[in-house]
Amino acid sequence: MPRLVVGPFNRVEGDLEVTLDVEEGRVARARVNSPLFRGFEIMLLGKDPRDALTLTPRICGICSISQSAAAARALADAQGLTPAPEGERVAQLIHGIENVCDHLTHFYLFFMADFARPAYVGRTWHAAVEDRFLATQGSGARAAVAARAQLMHILGLLAGKWPHTLALQPGGVTRAPGPRDKVRIALTLRQFRGFLERELFGAPLESFAELTDPAALMAWETGDAGLFLHAAADLDLDAVGRGPGRYLSYGAYPQAGGPAFAAGLWAEGRRGALDLSEVVEHTAHSWMQGGPRHPADGLTEPDEDMAAPGYSWCKAPRMAGQVVETGAFARQVVDGHPLAVALARAGGGVTSRVAGRLIEIARTQVLLETWCAGIDPDAPFMARGMMPSDGEGVGLVEAARGALGHWLRIEGGRIAGYQIVAPTTWNFSPRDGDGVPGALEAALEGAPVGADEDTPLSVQHIVRSFDPCMVCTVH
Amino acid sequence: MTTVLWLQAAGCGGCTMSLLCAENPGVFETLESAGIDLLWHPAVSQATGAEVRTLLAEIEGGARALDILCVEGSIATGPKGSGRYNMLGGTGRPMLEWVRRLAPLAGHVMAVGSCAAFGGVTSAGGNPSGAVGLQFDGALPGGALPQGFRSRMGLPVINVAGCPTHPDWVTETLMLIASGTLDAAALDDFARPRFYTDHLVHHACPKNEFYEYKASAERLSEIGCMMEHLGCVGTQAVGDCNIRPWNGQGSCTRAGYPCIACTEPEFEEPRHAFTETPKIAGIPVGLPSDMPKAWFMALASLSKAATPRRVGVNATSDRIAVPPVPRRPGD
Repeated sequence: MPRLVVGPFNRVEGDLEVTLDVEEGRVARARVNSPLFRGFEIMLLGKDPRDALTLTPRICGICSISQSAAAARALADAQGLTPAPEGERVAQLIHGIENVCDHLTHFYLFFMADFARPAYVGRTWHAAVEDRFLATQGSGARAAVAARAQLMHILGLLAGKWPHTLALQPGGVTRAPGPRDKVRIALTLRQFRGFLERELFGAPLESFAELTDPAALMAWETGDAGLFLHAAADLDLDAVGRGPGRYLSYGAYPQAGGPAFAAGLWAEGRRGALDLSEVVEHTAHSWMQGGPRHPADGLTEPDEDMAAPGYSWCKAPRMAGQVVETGAFARQVVDGHPLAVALARAGGGVTSRVAGRLIEIARTQVLLETWCAGIDPDAPFMARGMMPSDGEGVGLVEAARGALGHWLRIEGGRIAGYQIVAPTTWNFSPRDGDGVPGALEAALEGAPVGADEDTPLSVQHIVRSFDPCMVCTVH
Repeated sequence: MTTVLWLQAAGCGGCTMSLLCAENPGVFETLESAGIDLLWHPAVSQATGAEVRTLLAEIEGGARALDILCVEGSIATGPKGSGRYNMLGGTGRPMLEWVRRLAPLAGHVMAVGSCAAFGGVTSAGGNPSGAVGLQFDGALPGGALPQGFRSRMGLPVINVAGCPTHPDWVTETLMLIASGTLDAAALDDFARPRFYTDHLVHHACPKNEFYEYKASAERLSEIGCMMEHLGCVGTQAVGDCNIRPWNGQGSCTRAGYPCIACTEPEFEEPRHAFTETPKIAGIPVGLPSDMPKAWFMALASLSKAATPRRVGVNATSDRIAVPPVPRRPGD
């Protein structure tokens, strides 16, 4: 049985290696390896709890603000502190911009370039895709990089820089925006809406966000989204890369009356409540010691001998013993977006994950505009709290790539425990204690492999459809 | 054309993400216009898997000339000196080995970011992965490459330090190399490009008037100077961050949080909380490094006594509470 090792696997954030056993032209088994260990959870031990705000964003240069937000919430939780409402609103704005930028980077730089490959020459859409998405050169890729850089001016204004800001704090944000900032932010958001409607959707973005059924989605013809959907239909991309069918979201952007995108666990056609006590990280197939544990009681002890059956530095988180998928598509399914739910019921493959991100770009743009319009420049943007010398806190956020949790324990004024379960830890986990493959590993089973392919295209589409962030995965 | 190979080692990828924020023109247009041929970059290039392994083999075998090797992220030396905490996927070899093999073949070697330069955040807190910089281990010379290493063009590793790096620091260093105008005199004692390290973060900091009077913020979100209480070391840290803003109009101090000296070796272990100034008998330790302490204390107490009410009130407010009195013609 031929075995393929695919790596270096690029246009994902960080380091990834995928090992495939191929039988009769299809992937029979896949093993996903996160080949980088840094040990942030160990570094944090013994430090002042506030230092988590400096160190955890530096786990990841692409989800930096998500890590900031999770650390700030864990610290606020430990302090019993409610952030100043206007501070929380500005923090959401900062976080929402990072998430939209990440979706844009994924679509224009990481994912679509694969359809410009010579293997697709002759397809009706190939020339147009090559013109728009060829890596570093496509007109769409360059326009998206410019639009992203301009949108990030809002982060320059509110957060000083991106990535790696200290602007998000447990009580709010460090800089109070004035009326002038507000009109400037609104201007930048209008410019970005212009990019989305001109280039990405080729139509008012509300009309994309309001799609309800998969047939209407596949009939979408305008903009770069239309180009993708044309290729996706031609290649039947939703038939490959199907996930576990269980979707996790911690709920995105808390606000009065509940998060803007709902929290929950969607399985068997309906959304159920989350029970965080059911989260367990396995280490049976990881180069990690310590066995199955809840993150509040978690350990990070690397196995220096990298002994079998371990094959990744990633732990294997499970929810109530089961594999779940997280990310933009999961978030939209859990939120009950009718198109996302219909796609999930139909099986939820590669096309669905990318469509989930497109829906979310459109919906988040509307949220960003609403939050900006709602800023009250006269209000306080920071509430004060007192760090306890002993305590615990949990910080849950939705990063671009899905559910991110920080579990913090403070003893004697110092960090005594800090465990992080990142979105790609869920999606790209190795096998668990029962030998059950992780979400990507299972999604790769059955992927077609051409006789002359050493780096199968279908595998690339499936892997990149998850938008993995490998530096967050192991941290 | 100047060929560039970019590798990501044990880091967060944030220097690449920052580089994508380059503007006027964007990063791809900048490189193209400067005659820089990006042979491969892990985040943005077309090639993946076997195609990349072929390229690496060509460079390693000498079949393809490499002008600049850029490394982002620190080099993990653990466990047990093997470097196996960071394998380059698909190659079966640690990044430590790849860097040692490829660096001598490159015309210039660039460490992009403080991790690649000195170890950086990856080496914080007991350094679980044994992370070092390319040619420094913290402030000590000698990292993954020995202290005496020189690339083919005769320079040590060029340390474009920062966490993250400003996009212009990276593109301008690349353009200086490509134009043949970067020499040893253009680098400081830590081999950082002087075009940005000859400045201090303090230069053009919008809190300068507060600093003049030592009118200090006491808590984050107050707009006064953050040196006395909130851990800001912008008066000592190198970087043109306030002269050349970030993401349009930003900088750390402009956004109301302290400079943590992210361009400096060992910034990741300040030996106190990042956002709190350590003090001895109420006097901040770590005053400006090139000023006699007694002078500083004398000037500080004089200027504190002379602080205008406007400056004093604003320092502990979260926005300007007392505006300047408009100057009228003839006053």
